[in-house]
Amino acid sequence: MNIQISLKDGVPIYRQIVNQVKYMVASGQLTSGMEVPPIRVLAEQLLVTPNTVVKAYRELETEGVVYKRRGAGTFISENGSPLKAAEQKRILTERADTLLTEAQQMGYSLDDITTLLNERAAVLGKAKNKSAKEHG
Amino acid sequence: MEEKVVAIEGVTRQFGLLKALDDLTFSVDPGCVHGLVGANGAGKTTLIKHILGLLRARSGSVRVFGLDPVKHPVEVLGRIGYLSEERDLPDWMRIHELARYTQAYHPKWDNSYSDELIQTFELDPQQKIKNLSRGQRALTGLIAAVAHRPDLLLLDEPSSGLDAIVRQDILREVVRAVADEGRTALFSSHLLDEVERMSDVVTMIHKGKVVLHGSLDDIKDGHQHLTLRFPEEQMVRPTIAGALSLEGFGNQWQAVCNGELEQAKAAIQALGAEITEVRNPSLQEIFVARVGRGVPTKTEG
Repeated sequence: MNIQISLKDGVPIYRQIVNQVKYMVASGQLTSGMEVPPIRVLAEQLLVTPNTVVKAYRELETEGVVYKRRGAGTFISENGSPLKAAEQKRILTERADTLLTEAQQMGYSLDDITTLLNERAAVLGKAKNKSAKEHG
Repeated sequence: MEEKVVAIEGVTRQFGLLKALDDLTFSVDPGCVHGLVGANGAGKTTLIKHILGLLRARSGSVRVFGLDPVKHPVEVLGRIGYLSEERDLPDWMRIHELARYTQAYHPKWDNSYSDELIQTFELDPQQKIKNLSRGQRALTGLIAAVAHRPDLLLLDEPSSGLDAIVRQDILREVVRAVADEGRTALFSSHLLDEVERMSDVVTMIHKGKVVLHGSLDDIKDGHQHLTLRFPEEQMVRPTIAGALSLEGFGNQWQAVCNGELEQAKAAIQALGAEITEVRNPSLQEIFVARVGRGVPTKTEG
């Protein structure tokens, strides 16, 4: 599991683990039934106190993202899909907020941003069609 | 509540005119990693020497596993694994001799564990300690400190002067001790990033006094980092009541506050400034705000 810890933005480490696991589930990198690393393994990999991983896994369990099987380990839950939709929405909302804040600081209006989004969608759509044609 | 691994109450220690420890009270809970931070000369090593019974408390009391380490050195030291900052090891011994020698006074010494670590760290057991590099020396000291699986792993500035790889090797052993058997680790460090990653509980000491003590999450939640934008450039540092520190230039300033956010917000508003960002600070930012130069420090319960 490729988790990156950053101490720059002040977010508690267990929360960073929770968010990134949820992100990996939402983006399909982790699928139901997959095992997540044992506590010691992840703690050694990230060089964080094991209790932080315990806390992160406990929270993920409470939220239904993972479940524990006695003596076997911790796994990604089957019922990820409703959560997945909510998580995807949350991730995109966060990105949208960042975009809006930055655009506002640069003096862009909401119409300017909408125009920009449409322009980009057109550019990306064209690129996608082109590559589909080339590969087709 | 489980018994404290270390309980220090009201200990004062003076070296000449310098108060190294000033009525210091401090405790370590079992099963967690406890980070001890403070500037050079804050009293960290003096505190550790009291835990080891190398210094006798002149006033107040020191208990380790419920015992006085000066009166019960065998019982206490037998359960502690200690790595000093100087990594003082007998230079004339070879690594395997040091392992055998350390084993002699630790009945719980685990030979397969020490062999495994010698192999992992790519050490040559026939090598004389005086010929080891700085990193190899630290790792050898680490093996001597962990291979008897101590109930308390005590590391004084374990990362000081070492490269990133050796630092990781050391921290991995801390993780292992706490993850596998719920043992306890206490380490002092001036690398705040390392402390923030590795600690469940943090004690910050300054001039022999505890300035901050608590779970890392509580400490972080109890502080806020604010980014401020002033309508005009500030030629001198503005004063904001309720802020522990204020750093910046021109019209952009950063403040660290604790708890008294409302007071700080009112003060910021009164100055006509705008808060553009609020987040939790890093331990580094809290440390600098608390014990940095020219800023009055406040003691908190």
